[in-house]
Amino acid sequence: MGDLKVIGKRIPKKDAPLKTTGAAVYIQDMKVPGMLYGRILYSKYPHAKIVKIDTSKAEALPGVKVVLTGADVPNNFKFGFIKDNPPLKTGKVLSTRDEVAAVAAISPEIAEEALDLINIEYEELPGIFDPLEAMKEGAAMVHEEFKSNVLKMPWKFVAGDVEAAKKASAFIAEDTFSTQWVTHCCLGTSGCIASLDINNNLTMYSNTQIPSLAQNDFLEALKVFGFKNKRVRVIQCVIGGGFGSKLDTYAYEYIAILLALKARKPVKIVFSREDEFLATSPRQCTITKISQGCDKDGRLTFREMEMILDNGAYTSWGATTPSVMMVPISSLYKVPNIFYRAKCVYTNNTYSQAFRGYGNPQATFAIESNLDQLAEKAGIDPLEIRRINANEPGEVTPQNFKITSCGMKECIDEVVNRLDWKNKSGKHNGRGVGMASLIHVGGAARVYKSDGCGTIIKVDDNGKVDVITGSSEIGQGSETIISQIVAEVLGMSIDDINVINNDTDVCPWDVGAHASRTTFVAGNSALGAAQKIKTQIMEIAAKNLGESPEALEMKDGIIFSVKDKEKNISLGKVLRKVHYTLGGRMLVAEHFYDPPNENFDQNFKGNLSVAYAYGAHGVEVEVDKETGQVKILNYIAAHDVGKALNPMLLEGQIYGGGLMGIGYALGEKMIWDKGYLKNGTFLDYKMPTVQDAPPVQAVIVETDEQAGPFGAKGIGEPGLVPTAPAIANAIYDAVGVRIKDLPITPEKVLAALKEKEKGNP
Amino acid sequence: MKKEITFTLNKEKTIMEVDPQWTLLHLLREVLEMTGTKEGCGYGECGACTVIIDGEAVNSCLYPVMEVEGRSVMTIEGVALKDGSLDPIQQAFVDEGAVQCGFCIPGMIMSSKALLDKKDKPTEEEIKESIEGNLCRCTGYVKIVDAIKSVAGGR
Ligand code: FES
Ligand code: FES
Repeated sequence: MGDLKVIGKRIPKKDAPLKTTGAAVYIQDMKVPGMLYGRILYSKYPHAKIVKIDTSKAEALPGVKVVLTGADVPNNFKFGFIKDNPPLKTGKVLSTRDEVAAVAAISPEIAEEALDLINIEYEELPGIFDPLEAMKEGAAMVHEEFKSNVLKMPWKFVAGDVEAAKKASAFIAEDTFSTQWVTHCCLGTSGCIASLDINNNLTMYSNTQIPSLAQNDFLEALKVFGFKNKRVRVIQCVIGGGFGSKLDTYAYEYIAILLALKARKPVKIVFSREDEFLATSPRQCTITKISQGCDKDGRLTFREMEMILDNGAYTSWGATTPSVMMVPISSLYKVPNIFYRAKCVYTNNTYSQAFRGYGNPQATFAIESNLDQLAEKAGIDPLEIRRINANEPGEVTPQNFKITSCGMKECIDEVVNRLDWKNKSGKHNGRGVGMASLIHVGGAARVYKSDGCGTIIKVDDNGKVDVITGSSEIGQGSETIISQIVAEVLGMSIDDINVINNDTDVCPWDVGAHASRTTFVAGNSALGAAQKIKTQIMEIAAKNLGESPEALEMKDGIIFSVKDKEKNISLGKVLRKVHYTLGGRMLVAEHFYDPPNENFDQNFKGNLSVAYAYGAHGVEVEVDKETGQVKILNYIAAHDVGKALNPMLLEGQIYGGGLMGIGYALGEKMIWDKGYLKNGTFLDYKMPTVQDAPPVQAVIVETDEQAGPFGAKGIGEPGLVPTAPAIANAIYDAVGVRIKDLPITPEKVLAALKEKEKGNP
Repeated sequence: MKKEITFTLNKEKTIMEVDPQWTLLHLLREVLEMTGTKEGCGYGECGACTVIIDGEAVNSCLYPVMEVEGRSVMTIEGVALKDGSLDPIQQAFVDEGAVQCGFCIPGMIMSSKALLDKKDKPTEEEIKESIEGNLCRCTGYVKIVDAIKSVAGGR
């Protein structure tokens, strides 16, 4: 690779100056001429018949332009993964976040006032809030037409023979673990502006993480609304946090379109913080029964897991998280025999969605907590059992994942050394250490038929470069990473590279900012385009300099002969030469990168990702036996990232993911009580503040991933994957109690300590 | 009933007709269209709306607009120099990699600037206290604290 000038450097984010001066324009800040303000009325009950809706008073309020109810949704339109969700409900509501009416008015205040004037008569029905209840014979149906509360989803993976392996195991540990609802808490709430032209072509100003897929969703919706062959343009404002929350399209977006269609004016809907808590879709809660076994030397023999997910009342992409849960279940450590089955169950709760890690944190919590239980049974140090079974390069896992680069052992070693594991573990004196590892997709994930991303590069008259990419900047820094890649190839400064990444009218197709794929896929796409444009530039320069292209190099915007630096030409001049010549041409290159990964077959086998990301987290805790308080004294987050393209941004992903994981482990929980959200404010929902942030060390372990752009793998999600089990394991090491239900609150620790004193395990 | 208020906004004398019901945040964002100050919650729990009034960091979403009469208000738009060069605290946020989605950042900068304007060399505790009311979901706060420290000369 030679020496790298830009790659691997701690380069500040390109959009940081905009964001530190308040100049960045988020959806909250965006206005379109003539725009109206939309607001949505949510259901009063988690399960009820809508007997009557009277909107007359709201309609009569001066300044109100449109009032919509479910009756106004054309042609029974529904959205969502299995199209079970109408944007405005008719007949029945199935959760307290069900949209029942919407208004558009000339000011947000009038829109709000109008909501209060809408009169709805409900007939309350008994609801189902516990997935176990919902699965019982004779349970009432959340969706009568489906005849079952269990979704028809194929989530089952089998490898080898678990029953035989059980018999052959020397030790087996079995237990049940559960996790809670947590929500993304993006600081910038959800929102959009829907604007239709005279021919009903739609422009959507949006926060979405999936511009190309959202464009398609909106096109479909327009079709159902009766507008065929329309154009949809999605323009992303600066996005105030994603974390998976914007990986789908939502009712509010369709409602904005419907309001705009009726008002014949643009309509903006931006969530209040209350709306954001209530009406965005959290990480699903899970109940997991797990057992794992090993032989007398600690080698894992099998892993068996049965999982139940609360799907809530409607189905979003959240119902597909078991497909990613399978990644650790089949492939975290070497385990030859696997059985996994997951059921997604309808309830009258909030419906869940994608959230950073996409199911991996729930699965890893069970696997890694249970692994410590197994190690104890086998009398092996938790560290050793992980070393013995660690993944390695060259391995093919039971799901047919082809492991290329793998720094798992190195990550474990970092944790061990930095925590001083040997001296600190096994003391049981109120202080303890724990660890957990992770595997995640690190080289994209083929969920759709294509996993690709397009890039177009053009050079302007002054030798500056525009990179037009399908990928989305959601704060993670993709704009900067792509600039670095192109700058490296072209020997330019990143300041001369302009990334355009927010407009479907201009940008090529991309699947979206998910699966930690952007650096890998968009990076490879940009790399390919940069190499193509470089070839063109060199050919033209060679002709002008009377040299062969191979004899030339390019640096700081100058192309020169390696042998004779006096023979040179500036990039701008090359471009002007091609423009200002009879029969001239443009300097443009395009490249579509679709990784050589595979869709799963019916048995969920297939090399989902081109590369896999590994990591290990270790933590030292102190547990106060009087209060049950857990204090993190030291936290090590070691990640195998392939090559670190920008260590500073990468550390940011690890620190941010780490604290999000610590929140998941120790405090965050959405309290849904019989279908009502009880803690939908920042005061009541315990998102970590700076005072909750323990000392964290982000450790970058570099491996060379041949398929990655300059060797890189993805790192967007892994930071929060192994956090909860690492902490749970440390608490066990400190005081001998195992908390199996997240979050690990002082009350739970205290209760477990009491039980332990009584002699109950 | 609109009322007239006179105050200093980013060093400029400002006279405005306001509705006494408004918050300062409403005046800034909706009336003056100074959207650098963010609204993350609207009720005093996230700090995204932080501005500096007479040297103190306050949540503008809770601040009644009539209270600014005679006071000096600084918003994020008033922090950088007129020629566009960044204030040292802004530059530090850029250089230390403290910015991700950026939504919390104007508030973070105003909170920490209020501290740094008062104290040259605050301790780590004081730095953390200054931003404990500012929520950030992206960064884990590590690089934000580093950025403030780098300006505070306390590294
Ligand atoms: S918007 Fe003022 S504190 Fe959140
Ligand atoms: S940078 Fe996104 S909330 Fe702080």
